[in-house]
Parts: sequence; structure tokens; C-alpha cells
Amino acid sequence: MSGDARLRRPLIREQTVATLLVLALIIVLVLIIALPLWSLLSKSLQNASGGYVGLANFATYFATPSMVSALFNSLGVALMTTLLVVPLAFAYAYALTRSRMPAKGVFMGIALLPIFAPSLLGAISLIYLFGNQGVLKGLLFGHSIYGPIGIVFAEVCYCFPHAVMIIATGLRLADGRLYEVAEALGTKPTRVFFTITLPGVRYAAISAAFVVFTLVITDFGIPKVIGGQFTVLATDAYKQIVGQQNFEMGAVVGLILLVPAVLAFFVDRQIQKRQVALLSARAVAYEPKPAPMRDALLLAFSSVIGLVLVAMLGMAIWASFIRYWPYNLSLTLAHYNFGEFEPGGWEPYLTSLAMAGCVATFGTGLVFLGAYLVEKTKVPMPLRSLAHFLAMLPMAVPGLVLGLGYVFFINAKSSPFGWLYGTLAVLVINTIAHFYTVGHITATTALKQIDGEFEAVSASLKVPFWTTFRRVTVPISMPAILDIAVYMFVNALTTISAVVFLYGPSTKLASISIIHMDESGATAPAAAMATCIVLTAIGAKTLHVVLDRLVFSRLQVWRKR
Amino acid sequence: MKSKFLVGVGLCLAALIASAPIASAQTRTKVTAYTALENDQLQPFKAAIEAGVPDVEIVWVRDSTGVITARFLAEKDNPRADLVIGLVATSLLLFEKQNLLDEYKPKDSDKLRPGFRDTAGPYTWTGMDAILAVVCFNTVEAKKDSAAAPVSWEDLTKPAFKGKIVMPHPASSGTGYLQVAAWLQIMGEEKGWAFMDKLHENIAVYTHSGSAPCVQAAKGERMVGIGFDMRGAKEKTNGAPIDLIVPKEGVGWDLEATAVVKGSKNLEAARKVAEWSATKAANDLYGKYSAIVAHPDVKSAPPNYPADAEAKLVKNDFAWMANDRERILKEWVKRYEGKAAPK
Amino acid sequence: MLLGIGGRMAGEAGAEAVFVAIRNLSKHFGAFQALKDIHLDVKRGEFVSFLGPSGCGKTTLLRAIAGLDRQSGGTIAINGRDVSNAPPSERDFGIVFQSYALFPNLTIADNVGYGLVNQRRSKAEITARVAELLAMVGLSGQLTKYPAQLSGGQQQRVALARALATSPSLLLLDEPLSALDAQVRLRLREEIRDVQRRLGVTTFMVTHDQEEALSMAERIVVMNHGVIEQIGTPEEIYRNPATTFVAEFVGRISLLPGVAHGIDAVEMAGRRFLATRAAEIADGAAVEVGIRPEAIRVRGVTGSEPNALPVRITDLEFLGAFCRATLVAEGAPGLTLIADFSANLLRDLGLQQGAAITVDLPADALRVFPARASA
Repeated sequence: MSGDARLRRPLIREQTVATLLVLALIIVLVLIIALPLWSLLSKSLQNASGGYVGLANFATYFATPSMVSALFNSLGVALMTTLLVVPLAFAYAYALTRSRMPAKGVFMGIALLPIFAPSLLGAISLIYLFGNQGVLKGLLFGHSIYGPIGIVFAEVCYCFPHAVMIIATGLRLADGRLYEVAEALGTKPTRVFFTITLPGVRYAAISAAFVVFTLVITDFGIPKVIGGQFTVLATDAYKQIVGQQNFEMGAVVGLILLVPAVLAFFVDRQIQKRQVALLSARAVAYEPKPAPMRDALLLAFSSVIGLVLVAMLGMAIWASFIRYWPYNLSLTLAHYNFGEFEPGGWEPYLTSLAMAGCVATFGTGLVFLGAYLVEKTKVPMPLRSLAHFLAMLPMAVPGLVLGLGYVFFINAKSSPFGWLYGTLAVLVINTIAHFYTVGHITATTALKQIDGEFEAVSASLKVPFWTTFRRVTVPISMPAILDIAVYMFVNALTTISAVVFLYGPSTKLASISIIHMDESGATAPAAAMATCIVLTAIGAKTLHVVLDRLVFSRLQVWRKR
Repeated sequence: MKSKFLVGVGLCLAALIASAPIASAQTRTKVTAYTALENDQLQPFKAAIEAGVPDVEIVWVRDSTGVITARFLAEKDNPRADLVIGLVATSLLLFEKQNLLDEYKPKDSDKLRPGFRDTAGPYTWTGMDAILAVVCFNTVEAKKDSAAAPVSWEDLTKPAFKGKIVMPHPASSGTGYLQVAAWLQIMGEEKGWAFMDKLHENIAVYTHSGSAPCVQAAKGERMVGIGFDMRGAKEKTNGAPIDLIVPKEGVGWDLEATAVVKGSKNLEAARKVAEWSATKAANDLYGKYSAIVAHPDVKSAPPNYPADAEAKLVKNDFAWMANDRERILKEWVKRYEGKAAPK
Repeated sequence: MLLGIGGRMAGEAGAEAVFVAIRNLSKHFGAFQALKDIHLDVKRGEFVSFLGPSGCGKTTLLRAIAGLDRQSGGTIAINGRDVSNAPPSERDFGIVFQSYALFPNLTIADNVGYGLVNQRRSKAEITARVAELLAMVGLSGQLTKYPAQLSGGQQQRVALARALATSPSLLLLDEPLSALDAQVRLRLREEIRDVQRRLGVTTFMVTHDQEEALSMAERIVVMNHGVIEQIGTPEEIYRNPATTFVAEFVGRISLLPGVAHGIDAVEMAGRRFLATRAAEIADGAAVEVGIRPEAIRVRGVTGSEPNALPVRITDLEFLGAFCRATLVAEGAPGLTLIADFSANLLRDLGLQQGAAITVDLPADALRVFPARASA
């Protein structure tokens, strides 16, 4: 009777499908993440003709004073930036979370602004602000903005949002009861600050410090634009690879860049674990009490910082409209006629849009499906753990290093992927790999919040998991999926470090075109292109927020009670 | 919602496929040209070439001379370029020596000035025009510092110019290398390096490209730029307060030239472009962007171009410039790179 | 049959035959043994409850039956068919979880019809079936609402309707009532029992709540540390616990140390009490003697009964309808008993804290267990 018919074995079992999908995911991740890194490593141990030379390249590196000085320059700049950013970000985040100053939302938005711009935009602004013809040149007292001062200044702004976000999250986790107890005991505010507030965020601060340090040491755009004769690791890698086609030495620099990033990654993982313990103990959210003096001071401080951040963005935008800095300040759109300065005209911008669109579409699809397979299927644990490990790997790999890995991987003599070189496809794949981890974490977090028994219920109802994935998991996770898509889109628009080695004649991206225009002295058109990128990125984010607020709330009635 | 998603995926796939080199359903042959021409030249050049050679589509790969040269050499086992257009003869001689260029002589090449075509060994390259280094001197900034305009290279080593001079990095910029080579040729190696040691004290930064110095001087970001001649003239025409100075000892120069790449997969099309490059029509185009052009009948007088430039060209030994390039650059890097950044 | 709610009526042919047969089932997670050598036969239409403290393996057993977590060893057969290695979709069961696991973005109707859509039934058929199921769980007219708009009890009813939609031959309930308020829990207890009886669907329910198990199941499987301690009807389990663990886990019991004496007695604190015991407990062996609080007699005790015991009331805990008394044997402080005294009794006999009374421990209410190693 029907009972037997319903129990017949389907042609393909779900388990088989799931296992095959996880295996496919692992193969994809190995191809787009692990193998390029392996290529980088092996390249650093080879000579120009591909023979194994052990650590000879490293010996050459450390025997070349100019290269070693770049290493120390990088470390110095990264350290200096970290020491400046963390306290500033702490104070700013403190104002956002622990005060009653007005317009907190606006200040949060301003703090995030640098995320929407390529890092070198800030550097371009600095040239207009503090360059030899800069409007505020006097503030430097004769020092040159070209070099460490400019790099550190621009990096501080560039890293600021990352540090603020991390530290603000730490501050929000505070247990309000601790403060009530302290108050009940009559503790002085300064003592409360040093005994409760600071210890509470120390993990977040350490985490922020490592993130900032890694960002700075691997950033390429800022030192390229404003570094002058001051060489750092990232520009050195570019010079070795692009300028001198010295791939082996480029690989060595790439590996050296990998060291602090990997170190930061593991320290951060350890800290995250401890932070969890802190979290579980929390009970009552902290509610700041009115304190006019404190609020006024914090408002003043935040306003100054906010002004700097807006100026760093606004100066370049304004300059992009100025006819001939500094001798003719009349406004013009001439610098947006990119055909005058750039062989592709507007094409790099359109290519960037296409690239970012593809990254957002395919990347989000891959990341979410991958996270689903890792998180929700019954595939044997070792396979899923391996996939998860591969997904977390890009976090520890700076974009520049990944880009180098791709160059070596694709251009290796035996590589079957040589035809990919210079295509939009390789830019898309590389960018997906570069930003994989954050998307993976977002997706995994969202999936963990979904009832773990949905798949069991579906199985009991003889509904295959892919149907439930389509009908339930994806619709429920739509906000997270959009988050990932926008994150990928914005980062794909602004990224430079990875793709600068991979673009081809017909796939030049806007960010690379900015570098090239700046190299040939066309600073205003470079600023103009950067402006286009910033406005597009902010536009995408705004659209996302608006969609989320208006359309989504209507589509997702089921979220409301 | 779902259909929109599918449309998005479709568009992306289309974009990916369109960008793949194999899938381009063009009837015209795509010819990849490596070039160090100025960015603003590329669109007019592409248009002119495609008008002159109708079944060809030019795809530019543009970078500074040093970058293009290094890239070309790195790819010698598997060349990606079909053509080289607008790269200095020094680099092309280097390629010729390594047997990387196609032996091909355009019909019209005999009509060009003798110095502007390949004369030694197999014929591989055809000259287009000459590029020069000049001194761009910002008069507004000079007035602020009451600095006198330099008339000789030696003048640039005066303390008044400390930290005020920019010049291109010779490893990346063709303009940079041709001027370094010129100093070594007119002063002799020993004195040349000694001069550069002193000049280094006054250099603010060595730029990546040859056009950046005059642009920076034009904007007053620096007082003096040693850079690409035509860029300087153009900036002055655009209203920049600069004078273009040709120092009395003479200025360095090089030829920009065209060559077909040996092993090109589009050899026929590439040769057609090379054929065109030697024509009068092509030289007329060069004349719009250059003061000294290969074709003797093309007279070019760009606005604001220093009249005495051609007369002050140093005597160039191209073979030496090509053969000793690596040695000179190595010495230069050893002396001036990675030291504490001058102010 | 398609639309009939009673897919399989209780008492249908083969009702007495074994429907689910579990043999030598074991499961370990790394070094931890979650299930050890489980044997269980369940008849068609039976309502069986897995009862035990958390970590006893009851949920593991349920998930193994469902095929959600594969066993490490042993076999499971459903309706004569070995499904040990079959995926869940080939086992024909419906499942209800503590968390309801309703799809939040689907309406109630879509949730209930979720498994039906996949069976390629017509729309009209599905609509009718969904309406029928929702009527059965008393939720008619809530079709277009979303789960978040319903109360917990309502959501769990939807989950039940969804699990039963495809007329599965097996219903699995994983702590179905634990997330609900006490009152809702009581009502839903009856409703689930009622629906299960009507449909005659073989049901397994995991619970840690003994009262739930006692009131709902026909048979209870008491589990501890991955092994089955006892299988029996609720009454058997309560009256005749096989082990001290079962005795203590189901209901209240006082366990007193003693020594087996003769063939029908035990000795506690130097006194001898009549008590029957299992044959395998040898004369002179250390034992534990159990007695339920309500079995201790006070009224009409003369002191001449063979199991009479003078005690002092050391504590009286007021619990509403009755009081829980702590009794300590006179002259033997090691003998402490818990007894439940009704309000009537307390009033009639004027019992107070500190009072000395004589109680009777009826021989047929004494359960004799071998002494635990640690005891």
C-alpha cells in the first residue's frame, strides 16, 4: 500500500548530495585560497628559473639594506598608527556608548565613512590639506606630509572605523550592575573608570590593536600615494613584482607581510575565547547617567574627530572639482572626463561596478551556501571542519599577499588556469576569496540563530534539505545575506592591494586607475575617480539601509508579533 | 525577488563571459600593444590606428617604461604582447639583443630620418618621435623663495633648491633613465655620479612616472621638476606658472618606437600596425604630442615648447644606454634608494 | 485513507506484533558512551516514554530511532524492516521538538502542509488536509497567521499537526511540553494523549518530567547513564521500581540501609521487619529498603504490628493538601523516613513537630534492593 511506496529509496540520497556539495566546497576553497598561498610559499623558495634555492631569497632580502629598512619602516608606521588609533577610537567609542551626548547616530555614521573609500583617498586629501600647496600646510611647522607623517595620519583615519566598531562592541557588553555596586560603595568616577571600564574593554582594545596593526602593515594605497621616498613592505612588494618583475623577492616580501597578520589572527582568536566568558557573565545593560560636563567634553572631542574624518573625505571630493589647484580655484567637471587622463575613460569605473556586482552575487551565494553546508548538514565532521578552517583562512591573509599568491598560482608554468590571467573572472574570484571570512562569520552567526531542528523536521516530512534551504533558511536569513552582499560589494569597489597584480588590459579597475593617474601626477582626476567610488559605495549602503527599513519590514511581516 | 536574483546572476555571467578573451565575437583582430605613451595619447592613438588599419582593434597595456620593460622581459617565454608602441629605443634594443622582436621592415621606414630607425642588425624597430627631459621651473614658488632660475644642471645643486626638486625614478620612468644616462654621457661616469650625489641632496622625491615631476612643479607642489618635455609644455599651456628650461650642458633624450613582438599570435595584424606606424599620417599624429618627429616632413611646434631644445640634445650612444642599463640602474639604486628620505 | 485522520486504527491486524525492534543499540561520542546495549520492543500503536535525567541518553535514543544521529552499533527495525542505515526520510516518522521548530517565515497552513507539498498532492487536497489537521488540534481559522503570532501552546499544536500531516507510522516527541507554562502543559498533555489514542500512531516521547511520563505513556522506559534501568507500565514503575535509581527518580521514596535476614525479613538499626525480596539477594547481604511516603501508616497503629516502628517527628513541611513529615526512628538516628500526612490525619491525631508516634511500614510496601556500592 501507499506506506511502502512512500518509503521507497530515492534515486540520490540527500546525504550523498550533501557530502558531494561539501567536497565541492572544499575543492573550491582549496583552489581559491589554499593553493595560491602555497604557490606564494614555494615561489619564495625558488630562483627566477624555478629551481629550489631554500632560504636564499630570504638571505638576499635581509642582506639588502633598502629592503630591511622598508621592513622597519612598516613596523614603525604600523606601531605608531596603532598607538594613536586605539586611544582615539576608545574615547570616541566611549562617547558613543557611555555618554548622553546628542546625535550619536550621526557620529557613528561619520566614524564609518572611511570604510566606503579606497584607503588612498585619505592620502590624496592629505596632499591637498598639508602638501606644499596645502591649505593647512602651516600646521606641520615645516615638516613634510610626504613620508611617515602623512602615512600615519592617513592610516589613522583609515583604520579608525575598524577600531571604533570593535571597542564599541566591547563597551556595550558592560554589566550595569558593576557600576551600580561601585556607586553604592561611593567609588570615585576616575576609580570606576580604571577599575571597571578599562579592564572590561581590554580584550576589545587588544583585538582592535591587532586588527589596526595588520591593516596598516598590509595597506598599499596610502604609502603609495603619500609615502614619498619612505618605502614600506607593501610598496616594496609592488615595486618588486610590478616594477621589476622580480617575483621571487615579491614572494619573500609577501611572506614577511603574512607573519604579523597570522600572529594577529591567532592572538585575536585567543582573545575572542576569553571575551565569550566575559559575555556570559553579563546581566544588565549599562545605561549612562546624565553628566553635562562629561557629555560636553566628549561631544567636543567627537566633533573634532568627526570633522577630521569628514575633511579627509570632503577635501578630495572638493579638490576633484577644482580647475587648477592651487592657482585657479574655479569649479569644473573637467577632471571627471577620465578619457583625458586614463586610456579607458570611464571604463575602469564600469569594470569596478561589474566586478563588485559579480562579487556580491556569486560571493554571497558561495559564502552563504558554504556556511550552510558547514553549519547544517550531517556530513562527517572532519570534512566540515576542514571547510570551516579554509573559510577562516583568508582572515589571516592580507589582500596583497593573496593577490601575489594568485599571480604565482595562475602564471605557474604548469598551471591550467593561465587563461584566467587578466580576466574579470580572476578579479572576482580573488576578491571573493579575500573577503570570504567576514561573510562566512556573518552567515554562520545567522545560521546558528536558526532552530537547529529545521533540517530534522524536513527530513521527517521527507522534504529534501535543499527545499528547506530555499523555502525557509534563505528567506529567514535574508537580512544577513544582504549584509554580506553589501559588505562584499563595498569592499570589492574599494580594494586595491589584491587586484593590482591581477588586472588585465580590458579589466582595469577604478581603484587601479586611481593609482595610475596619481602616479602620472593627475591628482585631481584620481580624486575624481575616488569620489565616484565613495559615492557609489555610500549609495549602495544607503540603499541597503533603506531597503532594510522600508521594503523588508513589509515583506517580512512574520518577523513581527 | 527570485526572478530579479536570476536576472542579476545572468547579467554577471554575461559580464564574465564578455570579459573572457576567447569569447569575444569580434570580427576585428584584437592586438595587444604594450606602451609607455602618456595616458591622454592612448585614445587618439587607438582611434587613429584603427582608422588606418580597419581590421584591427588595439588593446593597450600601459605603464611606465621601466614597468613595461620589466614585464615584457618577464614574459619572454610566453609573450602576451603583439606589439610594442611608444616604448623607448633603449628598451627595444634590449629586446632586440635578446631576440624577442620580429624582424619586419615597414615600407615607409626608409623615408624617416636616419637616426629614427633601426640600422644595426636585423630590422626590428621603427622610431616615432623623440622624448626629452626638461626642467620645469615654477616661477611663483621661486619668487616666494627668491630663487633664481637655473640655467645649468650644476645650478640645481645649489642649497636654494634643497628639497625643492623632483625627478623621475630611472628604474620605472623612461624619462628618468634617459636623463641619468645623459648626465653620465656629458659629464663622464665619475663626474656624473658625483653630480647626482649632490643633486640627491636637493631631491624631494623620485617619482614613479616621467610626467609627474612637471605636473608637481606646475601645481607648485614642488619648485623644480626634471621631467618629460611635452607634459611640461602642456601644463604651461593649461596656465601653470612654469618656465621650461633647457640646461646649457644639454638634455637627455630617447626615441619612442614601434616594434612587432616575435611569437605574436596575431603577427599579420601586428605587422599591419607596424606598417602604419611608419606612414606620414602616423607621424602627423605623433607631431601633435611631440616636438621632434621621425618623418622629416612633419614639422611640429607645440605651444610653449622651448625653442632651443632640439639644438641641445646630448649625443646619445643608444647601444651603451641599452647594454649598460642594468648596471647603471643597480648603481643608482645602491646610491639613492632606501636612504633616509630627504626633506 | 488519504484524508482519514485515523490512518491506522488501534487494534488493527498486527497490533500485538512488534512494530519497533531495537537490538544491541549503542552510541558513543568520542570516549563518552551515550547508549549502551539498548534492547527495546514496541508494539504498534503503543505510547512509550523515555524518562530519565538529562544526559541519560533518552534524546540520543530518540534521534537514533529517527535516523537523525546514527547509532554506533546495533540495529533498529521498524515494521519488520531494518532501517539501521536508512536516512530519516526513509523511516516514515513525524517529529515534534521542544523548540516547536516551526518555520517562522511560513504561515500556519504552509507549515502544516510543508510535507504534503512534497508528495505531489493537489492543492485542494492539501488545503482540505491542512484544515482537517488544524481542526484536530483546535486551531481552525488560524491558517494565515505566522508562528510568532501564536502562543507557545498553539505553536506546539501546529508542530503536532505538521508532524501528523503525512500520516506517519511513528510519532516522535522530544520534550514537547518542556517549554510551556504549567497550565498549558497540563492541557496539552491530555490533548496529545487524546490525539495519539485516536490515531493509534506508535509514539515515542522523551521527557525528564516523571509526572508527564506517568500520566501520558502506556509504557515507560527509565534510563540512566545510557542504559535502560527499567521498562514497565507507569504503575509497575511506581509500585515496583527495579532499582534504587528508578525508585528515587520516579516519585519520592525513603531508602534505608539494612541487612537481609532469613527468607522474608530485613534488619534495620537492630530491628527486624518483614519484607519480601528477590531471590538473588542472599541472606545477610547488605540491602537498601525503600518505602513511599504515602505508604507509611499512622492511623490505628497499635505497636504490635510486625513492622511497627516508634519514631519522632523532627520536621513538618506544609505543602497545602498535605504535610511532608521527617520521621527519625527512636534510638536509631540513622533511620530517617519521609512520610506524607494528610491535613485530616494531622488534625485527628494532633500531630506536631517533636511528637513521638508509632508508625507501621506494611510489608507489602517495602521494596528491598541490593545495597549500592557507594551506599
